[in-house]
Amino acid sequence: MSANLNTALPLEYQTEQNRMNILGFWIFLGAEIILFATLFATYSVLSTRFAGGPTQNDLFEIKGVMTETILLLTSSFTCGLAIYEMHRGNKKGLLTWMIITLLLGAGFVGLEINEFITYVHEGATMQTSAFLSSFFVLLGTHGLHVSMGIGWAVMVMIQIVKRGLTPVTARKAFIIGLYWHFLDVVWIFIFTFVYLKGMVS
Amino acid sequence: MTQVFGFVLSLVLTFAALFVALKTSLSFNAIIWIIGTLAVIQAALQLFMFMHLKDGEDSKAQTINILYGIFIAVVTVAGSIWVMSFGM
Repeated sequence: MSANLNTALPLEYQTEQNRMNILGFWIFLGAEIILFATLFATYSVLSTRFAGGPTQNDLFEIKGVMTETILLLTSSFTCGLAIYEMHRGNKKGLLTWMIITLLLGAGFVGLEINEFITYVHEGATMQTSAFLSSFFVLLGTHGLHVSMGIGWAVMVMIQIVKRGLTPVTARKAFIIGLYWHFLDVVWIFIFTFVYLKGMVS
Repeated sequence: MTQVFGFVLSLVLTFAALFVALKTSLSFNAIIWIIGTLAVIQAALQLFMFMHLKDGEDSKAQTINILYGIFIAVVTVAGSIWVMSFGM
């Protein structure tokens, strides 16, 4: 790793390599925006093609959706607190808030899986209609991102426990933080344009 | 602390969208525009308050890249809806 440490900056920005990695991750997030945009476009076009199957109003329940939303929103907040503690050099605080973040994330994934199982029992599967195909692909892609984020964050935490807070581990924690906030941003649009829109019409 | 402020504001925006969507009797189009606007505000909040888009020496490149991503996203979604609305 580059030896040119600029200790005036936060840990994650101290080396040239770190700055490049963070910029690179922002470019990846730009590509992720477009990935989700294609899925949102597909859903928007197909969301009224029910093929005689259930509609949004038959399936969606506001209580479960709100619980999922609050869990993910809170996890984005606690993830922000984890990075805040990291900037204060508080390794224990970083790890504690990361664990809380991941528990909230796991709660979200659990509820979402439960929601999907309920839908399938109600006869709303991926094969039922174009609406449900695009719904499950959009929501499933997001849920898969959250699940992979949990696994990734656990690996980063193991490194922090083993190696302590260095420019390298701080950069990794910072980048998983960016990823986690991004997933909440995607959820805001799912909440608005899939669930709320579906329950209005 | 900006994190707490951002969190509270996000909650307020989420519940405001919920209220507008389910508890008002506005027209469908009006509701979609209002909750869509609330979603964009909340996304911007996350981007600036939690993700610190403006931090780092490459903040200009980061911002241009994200804006470009958003541009392509809007063209993709709005364009698809527009094109597929013909003949319906």
